Amino acid sequence: MRNSLPILACFLGGILLGLTSLVPSGPLLGQLTDGTLYGLLFLIGLVVGGSHGAWRGITLSPDLGLVPLAAILGTLAGVSLAAAALPGLALSEALAVGAGFGYYSLSSILVTSLRGEALGVVTLLANLLREILTLLLAPVLARLFGPLAPIASGGATAMDTTLPVIVQAVGADYAMLAVWSGLVLSLLAPLLISIFL
Amino acid sequence: MLILLFLAAGILAGFLLRGHAGLLGAADRLSALSVCLLVFLLGLAVGSNAAVIRNLGPLGLRAAVLSLAGVLGSVLAARLVFWLRAHAE
Repeated sequence: MRNSLPILACFLGGILLGLTSLVPSGPLLGQLTDGTLYGLLFLIGLVVGGSHGAWRGITLSPDLGLVPLAAILGTLAGVSLAAAALPGLALSEALAVGAGFGYYSLSSILVTSLRGEALGVVTLLANLLREILTLLLAPVLARLFGPLAPIASGGATAMDTTLPVIVQAVGADYAMLAVWSGLVLSLLAPLLISIFL
Repeated sequence: MLILLFLAAGILAGFLLRGHAGLLGAADRLSALSVCLLVFLLGLAVGSNAAVIRNLGPLGLRAAVLSLAGVLGSVLAARLVFWLRAHAE
């Protein structure tokens, strides 16, 4: 599974099937997703708990601060540059969108209530896309930018939805670091958004 | 937070099952399959969400630029941390 192609195929297949409206909308889809995610995290826990290397990750102490910091500063620097290229978008708005760190449900609700629908939709799409990009590109990012890259790219989602692809791409040794980094970013996302807006 | 509970339960079970390489290998392969299922379900949610599909115009373009910039910035910073760590050793 070091290849992104099967994941891309699954994703596109899901979108196409979703567009046909053959699938009944309702709470069932969300419940199925949650159930799969819970089962998957139990499986990842099994692999992490059973592998010897995984526990070294906890003692690599500088990473525990540096990786979340890199994800935060890298993201905010990136969206600041993008804001300069996007007419009609204030720097503070771009920073707030970036500070979602992939946590699209919470960040889009928060931004909508602070700054209205339009920026709320941008926040939803940008952070959803961040999760999708990480899911699809984790192996590529790891190859180009090293094993910490998928963790930084996953942002807040590195502790749950993108954790499986991160572990598949860089190995169980990095699982605990990914969970930690995701947790830190999940807690900081609402705080930073309310500071920026 | 419920998610972290499942992860913790798995870690505990995995720790107790150390040495059962076959079982842990099967868990690894099963988790790779579950990833595909999960991404498929996410695609299903995106494709059937009218609000997301309808707004894939100018707002979507703006979101895509911000998303790519954020991902690129964060992986470059991660590359820097990885480089610093390699040189510190």
